[in-house]
Amino acid sequence: MSELMSRARAGDAAPLVTVREPRARRGAVGLLRATGAAGLASAVVIAIATVIAVIGPLIAPFSPTLVHPSLPWVGPTGGHLLGFDVEGRDVLSRLLAGATSSMLGPLAVVIGSLLAGTLLAVIAAWRRGLVDAVISSGLDILFAFPGILLAVLAAAVFGAGLPAASIALAIAYMPYVARVLRGAALKERSQPYVAALEVQGASATTICLRHIVPNIMPLIVAQATILFGYAMVDLAAISFIGLGVQPPAPNWGFMISENQVGIPQHYPLPALSAGACIVAVVIAFNVLGERLFEQAQASR
Amino acid sequence: MAEAIAVQPDAATAGPVLEVAGLRKEFGELVAVDDVTFSVPQATSLAIVGESGSGKTTIARMIVGLERPTAGTITACGADRSAPARSARDRRRRGSEVQIVFQDPYTSLDPRQTAEATVDEVLRLHHGWPRDRRRARIAELTELVGLDGRQARALPRALSGGQRQRVAIARALAAEPRVLILDESVAALDVSIQAQVLNLLADIRDSTGVTYVLISHDLAVVRQLTDEVIVLHRGVVVERGATASVLDDPQHEYTRRLRASVPRPGWKPRRGALLGGGEEASG
Amino acid sequence: MDQSAAAPPGAPLLLVEGLTVRLPVEGAQRAVLRDVGLSISPGEAVGLVGESGSGKSMTARAIDRLLPRGAQVAGTISYDGTDVMSLSGAAMRRYRNQVAMIFQDPRAHVNPVRRVGDFMTEALRTNLGVQPAEAATRAADMLGQVGIADGRRRLRQYPHELSGGMLQRVMIATALLTEPKLLLADEPTTALDVTTQAEVMAILDDLRREFGLAMLFITHDLELAAAICDRTAVMYAGQIVEVRQSALLHDDPLHPYTAALAAARPDIAQTAPRLAAIPGRPLSAFEAPEEECAFAPRCPHVRDICRAETPELVGLNGGLSRCARAIELRGQLTPAHAPDGGSDG
Repeated sequence: MSELMSRARAGDAAPLVTVREPRARRGAVGLLRATGAAGLASAVVIAIATVIAVIGPLIAPFSPTLVHPSLPWVGPTGGHLLGFDVEGRDVLSRLLAGATSSMLGPLAVVIGSLLAGTLLAVIAAWRRGLVDAVISSGLDILFAFPGILLAVLAAAVFGAGLPAASIALAIAYMPYVARVLRGAALKERSQPYVAALEVQGASATTICLRHIVPNIMPLIVAQATILFGYAMVDLAAISFIGLGVQPPAPNWGFMISENQVGIPQHYPLPALSAGACIVAVVIAFNVLGERLFEQAQASR
Repeated sequence: MAEAIAVQPDAATAGPVLEVAGLRKEFGELVAVDDVTFSVPQATSLAIVGESGSGKTTIARMIVGLERPTAGTITACGADRSAPARSARDRRRRGSEVQIVFQDPYTSLDPRQTAEATVDEVLRLHHGWPRDRRRARIAELTELVGLDGRQARALPRALSGGQRQRVAIARALAAEPRVLILDESVAALDVSIQAQVLNLLADIRDSTGVTYVLISHDLAVVRQLTDEVIVLHRGVVVERGATASVLDDPQHEYTRRLRASVPRPGWKPRRGALLGGGEEASG
Repeated sequence: MDQSAAAPPGAPLLLVEGLTVRLPVEGAQRAVLRDVGLSISPGEAVGLVGESGSGKSMTARAIDRLLPRGAQVAGTISYDGTDVMSLSGAAMRRYRNQVAMIFQDPRAHVNPVRRVGDFMTEALRTNLGVQPAEAATRAADMLGQVGIADGRRRLRQYPHELSGGMLQRVMIATALLTEPKLLLADEPTTALDVTTQAEVMAILDDLRREFGLAMLFITHDLELAAAICDRTAVMYAGQIVEVRQSALLHDDPLHPYTAALAAARPDIAQTAPRLAAIPGRPLSAFEAPEEECAFAPRCPHVRDICRAETPELVGLNGGLSRCARAIELRGQLTPAHAPDGGSDG
C-alpha cells in the first residue's frame, strides 16, 4: 500500500545515520563495551559476586557458623577483618559464605519468571485475539499480588525457606516479564518475515522458538538483569522477616535482621556490611540491566 | 543448472494453476474484497492493479493463507485452499505451490539469519536432503538471483534494499512454487535497482516457468512484466483484460483516471473531483 | 563555474553555493553533500531529483536548518541576500515563516493528540501574533484553496480522521498560511496513491502560481519533477550532476546518469524486451571516491579522463553538466542512443 512506501523507500545506497548502519556483528564483548563505563563496572561487580557465590565457603578464612559466645560485637582484630557479629561469628566469613544463598535465590526467581513469562508472552503474541485477551487478563490479576505477600502466603502454606519464597516471587514477577515481552513479541510477530515463514509452511513452534524468541533475546537479557536486582531485594526482605533462609545458614538479608540491634549500640559493622553487599550487587544489576535495555531498544 | 529449478508442470492438471471465484473478505463492517473472480493459466503473468483500499493486498494474503476469506473459493494447483490448512504437511504442501515476496525489504528477512541460512531453512522444511545437496541448491539459487558469495553469507543489515529483495526472491524460489506472488515487491526500490530486479524476474520466469501474480499500483511496472491485468477499485474488479489493451485503451472510468494520473514527459496534473467525494481516513 | 548560469536573470531568492555537509557517524565524519550549488528565483519551481544517497533530502534540510546535531557545514546558503546559517532568534523565526517545508510522511510530523485547527494556526498565533478567531478563519479559507470543503468542521477534527492525501493537503495549507515565498517540498506525494498524487500536484502547481511562490520540489521521479518544475537538478552521490530546463531533460540530457535514469524506467506504453538497467547501485557521498567522477564505475561512456579528477560543472545549451565528456557526448545520451542492455549489477 502506498502509505507503506514512504517508510520503506530507504532505497539502495548505504544507510547513513540510521540504526541499520552495517557493522560487524557484535557478540557479548561488543555489547558490554557499548554499555559504557558504568555498564562495565557493574559487570565487574556482578562477576565478583558470582565468583564468590560459587567459591565463597571455600575461601572464607574462618568458619561462618562457629559461635564464639564471648566475642559478640568485637571489632576488626587479628585476621577478622570485619569483626564478629551478634553471636560472635566472623562477619567476613559469613558474608562470603552467605553470597551463595543470597545470589542463588534471585537466580531461581529470574529463571522461573523468565521461562513462564516468555512462554505466556509468546503464546499471547502468536495467537492474538481471544487467547491474548485471556492471558492478559490473567496476568492483570496476578499483578495485584505484591511479591512479598505471595511469599508470606507460601511460607504459611509450605513452611519457611528459600525454595518456597523463590517460587512465590517467580510467580509474582512473571506478569512484569510477560507484559514487556508480549509487546516486543507482538511487534516481531507482525513483521513480514514471520508471515513469509508461515507461508512457507513452518510450524508455529518453529517460528516462535527459532525466530521470535531469538529476536527478542536482547530484551529478555535486559529484563533478567534488572529483575535480578529486584529479586535480591525482595528475598533479602523475606529473609529479614525470617521467612527465607533459615539460621544458622548465612544469608545477607538475614544478617541484616539479626545484627540490626547492634546499630543503636554503636556496633554497625555487621549489619551495614551485609547491607552494603546487597546494595552493591543490586545497583550493579540495575545499572547493567538498564544499559542493556537501552541497547536492546536501540538495536531494533 | 537453471533447469534443475524449473517448475515441473503437473501433468494431471492442465487447467489454470490458480483460480479464485467469488472471493469476499469482510473486516467487520468494511468489505475489503467483494466478489472477485479470476483465473491464471500456467506460465503466464497476471497483474492485480489498484490503489490503497482496493483490496489487492488482502487478495494476495488470502491466496497464501495469511487471511481467511469470508466467502468464495481459492484453488491452486488443483487443490482447494479456501479453508486454513489442516496439518503441518498440508501447510508445507501449500507452501510448495504458492509463494510470496513482500514489499518491504527491510522487514521481510529475519535480521539474525544470513541469506544462506534463510534459504537453507526453507530447503530443510520442504526436502529431507543431506547437507551437501542443500549447499549445492543454495549456491544455485543465490546465483540465480544475482548474489555473490560474500552477499550470500551476509546478514540482512549489511545488504542494500535491492540485495535483500533478491534474498527474499531466492527464499521464495527455494520452495519451488508454481505460483509466485509479488506483492509490490519492487515498489520500495530505487529506479535503477528496480530495473535490475524486473530484468531478474523476467529471467527467472523464462528459465523456471513460474507463474507470476503481480500486485502493484505502478502501471509501467505492470506493463513491463505481465500479460493480463485486473483493475480493482474499493474491492471490486472494474476492468480486466490483456495488459497492453487495458493500458492502451482503458474502458472503465477509474482505469482511465489511473492511467491519466501517471507522470510522463509532457504530463500536466489537472485538478478534478476525486472519485467518491471526500476521503475519510480510508488510507 | 557559476552555478546560477542556467537560471533566469535577476537576483535569486535562494542561492546555495559550494555547500558541503559532513555528518558524524560512529566517530567518523562522513560527507553527505559535496559542493552543492543551487539557485531559485522568485516564483520559480526547481525540481531536485535523485535516488537514495543522492543527498536531495539533506539539501532541503540544510536550507531549512534542520540538519542533525554535529553536522559540519561549509559553503553558503543565502536567502534574499541574507546568510541563512548565521540566523538566530527572531530573524530565524521570520526565516521559517518565509521558507516553509512539507515532508513526505505527514503523519510523522503531526501531533496526533492535537486538533487540525490547533497546529494549522500555531505559527500564525505564536509567530505572527494573529488573534485565534482570525487565524481560524484564514485556516478554513486556506483549506478551501487546497480543495477541502467544510473547512470549519475539518479544523475540529484530529489527524487520524483524515486520509493520507487529505492530511498532506492540510500540511500544504498550513505551510501557505504564513505567506512564505519559498516552499521546500520533500517527496510530498511519494506516500500517496497515484490518483491522489495527481490531485495534490495540481493543487501545488495552482497555488504556487497564484501566490507567486518559489518551490524546491524533491522527488525520485524524473517525470514528476518535469511536470511542474521549470528547471530540474539531478543529484548523484551528494553532488549536483545536471541542471536543465525540465522540458529538455528527457529528450536532451547532458549527463549520462540522467539519461540512464530515464532509460531504466519501464514504459507504460510498451513492453521492452529488457530494461536498460544501470549496473551496480547508487552511491552515497561518503562512498564515492574523492578524485574521480562518482558515476564512473557505472557509466557506459566512461573513459580515462573520468577517473583523473572530479569533474566540474560545465555550462551547455543553457544547462549544467558535471561530466568530463559532456561536450563530446552532447546529443548522444538519449535512450535511443544508449548502449545495448548493459549487464545487471
